[in-house]
Amino acid sequence: MTLRVEYAYWLIGAWLAVCAFYNLRERRWTTAALWAIVACAFLFGDLIKQATAAKTSWPAQAMGIGVIVLGVLAGLRDKPLASVLHEAWDATARLGNKLFLPALAIPIVTLILVLLAPYLVFNGVPLLDKANATLVALAIACIIALIAALLTTRAAPTQAFAEGRRLLDTLGCVALLPMVLATLGGVFAATGVGDAVAAIVGALIPVDNRIACLVAFALGMVLFTMIMGNAFAAFPVMMAGIGLPLLVHKHGAAPAVLGSLGMLTGYCGTLLTPMAANFNIVPAVLLELRDQYAVIRAQWPTALALLVVNVILMAVLIFR
Amino acid sequence: MNYWPLIGIAVVIVGFALKRNPVLVVIAAGVASGLAAGMGIGDLLALLGNAFVNNRSLLLFVLTLPVIGLLERCGLREQAKAWIVGFRNLSLARLLIAYLAGRQVLAMLGLYELGGHAQTVRPLLAPMSEAAAAKDVALDADSRMRVRALAASTDNIGRFFGEDVFLAFGGVLLIQGFYERNGIHLEPFAIAMWSIPTAISAFIIHAVRIVVAQRGLRATTPHSGKPAQRTAP
Repeated sequence: MTLRVEYAYWLIGAWLAVCAFYNLRERRWTTAALWAIVACAFLFGDLIKQATAAKTSWPAQAMGIGVIVLGVLAGLRDKPLASVLHEAWDATARLGNKLFLPALAIPIVTLILVLLAPYLVFNGVPLLDKANATLVALAIACIIALIAALLTTRAAPTQAFAEGRRLLDTLGCVALLPMVLATLGGVFAATGVGDAVAAIVGALIPVDNRIACLVAFALGMVLFTMIMGNAFAAFPVMMAGIGLPLLVHKHGAAPAVLGSLGMLTGYCGTLLTPMAANFNIVPAVLLELRDQYAVIRAQWPTALALLVVNVILMAVLIFR
Repeated sequence: MNYWPLIGIAVVIVGFALKRNPVLVVIAAGVASGLAAGMGIGDLLALLGNAFVNNRSLLLFVLTLPVIGLLERCGLREQAKAWIVGFRNLSLARLLIAYLAGRQVLAMLGLYELGGHAQTVRPLLAPMSEAAAAKDVALDADSRMRVRALAASTDNIGRFFGEDVFLAFGGVLLIQGFYERNGIHLEPFAIAMWSIPTAISAFIIHAVRIVVAQRGLRATTPHSGKPAQRTAP
């Protein structure tokens, strides 16, 4: 039997349903509905994809309605979380450095499973889903770490769920932002936003000057990454608009260097934008920073300095 | 060329500037771009639904929350601070630069899911950074926020400028796939190795900035006087 990434998704779906239930019990209706809808994406995601592949579009359309409802729910206020949380228990004994073990079990078990994945093959069937070995390994590591944490702290499983749910509801709909932004990336790609941006950039630059083309490509990667929140979305657009026709074909740039450094130039944009929510906004909320842009403020000088270095590296390395 | 779908970008910029709820803004932008591109309601809904489901993996971190929440309630963050205080010579800069190097090297080996804001920064790195900084300056609310944000930025930079050196990384395969479709055949190795100069530059630049940030903290914050108290057990 292969442990497919879908099992991890079902586990997340079940966990989100538990969180919805906690909120339902406390009459936090908006938040309960929010997690219930997201839980559906995980519990029925496989079926929706299969239906779409079979040209049945209503399940995906129903999910689309769910996504729009999520947006509306996210804009509504709910009962404050503090009013429903009970500071019911505290750790009785000081557990000392033993507390680190379950926390470190998440990365370490993930590491071991990923490294062992090629050897964990039984009767020709791999134990971990090959395409998503890291994700499956992370899910297994979370389960093992949870068991270890329960044994170390002697807490009941319900206490772990209550604490995990407290963290999730502290994040609130910010937790959803990465997924929603990636969805927007999909919509932008399907509606030709990228082509329009590339056309505008192409119309603005002197195409005979290779350095001008290079700078336009680099700034386009940064700008488009900032808009999409994701360098992967910007890359095909800027490559199709400027990189391939102008730099590679017209000016003879080395494709391997251009691809690699172009992507990393986009990463400089990722460091600068609130659209890359999982890297820049989620941590601000997780770390309880007062300024939601504090992480971007901490990293913009590195991003700009690296952008300059990247452009110089490209100018030196790609035209040889 | 239909330029109207660009309206989605305008919705995002205006919505973020007006500080509306970001999830609401982003979904509104998607709907606006879809309608401006002339999509039918049915197609647009299916596009939204499929795109949402296809990006499920981005929410995988919620599985770590029960473990982290439970351990935090039992004092994980306090323990992380206490552990760092035990190392007399470990300053904020040394801690963060060591983390930056470790994160980059692990990401280069394809282990970029090992760190992360939910798994390592909130429960471990942020409290450790505060404890390391508090050894020589008395942290007030402002400088505490700055230290935490610096820790988060270090995690991002370490990950970003390590992962592209890993051969099987999605980014490398995306670059290779793009060229392959356009008739240029490249080995993943040839692409990944050109990430190394940027990886080294990123390490140097951010390490220097960490040192500068530590000096800034020392200059703007009063001395904590901690060493004098160390005589007591």
